Order: sequence, then structure tokens, then C-alpha cells
Amino acid sequence: MELSLADRTVAGHTVLEVGGEVDVYTAPRLRERLIELVDAGARDVVVDLERVEFLDSTGLGVLVGALKRLRTAHGTFGLVCAKEPLLKIFRITALDQVFPIFPTVEAATERDGSGPVS
Amino acid sequence: MATVRLSFSPAPVHVRTARLVGVAVARRAGVAEELLDEVRLAIGEACTRAVTLHRQYGLTELVTVEMSDSDSYTVRVIDHAPIEASVGLTKLPPDELADESLTDDALTTGVGFALLAGFVDDLQVRPVDDGPGTEVRMVWPVTRR
Repeated sequence: MELSLADRTVAGHTVLEVGGEVDVYTAPRLRERLIELVDAGARDVVVDLERVEFLDSTGLGVLVGALKRLRTAHGTFGLVCAKEPLLKIFRITALDQVFPIFPTVEAATERDGSGPVS
Repeated sequence: MATVRLSFSPAPVHVRTARLVGVAVARRAGVAEELLDEVRLAIGEACTRAVTLHRQYGLTELVTVEMSDSDSYTVRVIDHAPIEASVGLTKLPPDELADESLTDDALTTGVGFALLAGFVDDLQVRPVDDGPGTEVRMVWPVTRR
């Protein structure tokens, strides 16, 4: 399935819902959208991965890039992911120690949920 | 001997095709259903690495994926980039992953290798026999013949 991207505001956070496959071909579109959101002023960003069917190292690289960008902008960045195959990818790469990962959008957008990116 | 051989120009759009074919042949070969996600990810990572290297070195030669199901399911992904390029396969420690000085390319390479090593028990990376290039060889058990 092709990449789908849709953003909305939840409790003061910009939530980007990603669907489909994030790979070496589609990841540049995700990177562009995240840059657009930050450039437009988004500072508390949550990427919802619940509808993602495939995620590779290129997609992970884009997410780390967004984390760094928001850290520089004194913002927050969190992920929503409860799917075991995707969580395994974060564990194997040790990126589960880098990203705040939440089971639901609600948990990620609680005011004190993600906290400032350290 | 390869059961299926796929060669594609080094463009990101073709990596998905390689994943789809690789998983279809794995299923046909009898790789357990619960391993197919890992097969899909590993073939994708190996092909992404090959495409990235070809583009980095301006190579237009085809990337080749060979799938064989003799006693196990073996996938070989073959690139033609200079050998020294493949030395970039290092696993990054967590405290370096979000380090400002780490470039996106270096991060993706490190993470890609971590995924290959994490998902493939039987993984070999070695120079190709003729000319420049590297072969990433991955083997999965076959449970049904």
C-alpha cells in the first residue's frame, strides 16, 4: 500500500497519522511533511504509526531527523505504536531508548505525556 | 542454483518489488508464516543498502537478488559498489543514535545493519567473486517441502 499522511490537532499537539509502507522510496515524502509541519510552527509533534504496514531503516532515519529538529526548536516529539512487529524494530535498533513511544494518541498528547525532548 | 533471479536498476521504487517477490518465493518455498515479516524487512534492507551504494557511486548497473530453496531459503543480494563502501556496516550504540553530529546517511546505514543482524540468524556479507561488489547472503529455515 502507498504511503498516506494526514495531520490533525489533538490537545495542542500536531498528530501526523502515517499509513501504508515507509521505505526508501516513500520516506522522503514523510521527511518533507515533517519539515513542513515544523516550519509552519508545530512544536509538539506526535507521529501515529498505527496504520503503518512496513517501516525500514530509511523511515527510522526520517523519524530521528524529526526528533533532532524538534529538539533544536525546543519542542517535543513522540510516537504512537502498539504493534509488536514495529515495536520489535525499535527494540532491535535501540531506538526504543531514543523515542518516547506511546500505546495511544491519547497517551501521547497528554500535557505531561511526552515532555520536552531531552 | 537460483530458483528465482531478479535484477533491477538501482532506483528506490524497485525495492518494494524485490520485497514482494522475495516474500512470495519464501512462502512458496515453505518458510514459516511467522518469519515472513522478517524476510520482507531483511530483503528490503539488503536491497536498500545496495541501491543506496549504487546511487552514491553513480553506478547504473543492476542490483541482483537471487532466491533459492534447495535445503533452506537462501537470498543473495548482490551490488557492484567498491568493497570499502561496505565497511560502513556498524551497529550504533543508543547514545549515538540521536547525536547531532551523526549524518542521516550514517544513521540509516547503522540502523539498517542492526535490522539485518537482528532479523537474520544466518547472515553473511562478503565480496563478490568477480569485480567490485558485495554479496549479502541471508538464509532462513524451510519447514514444509
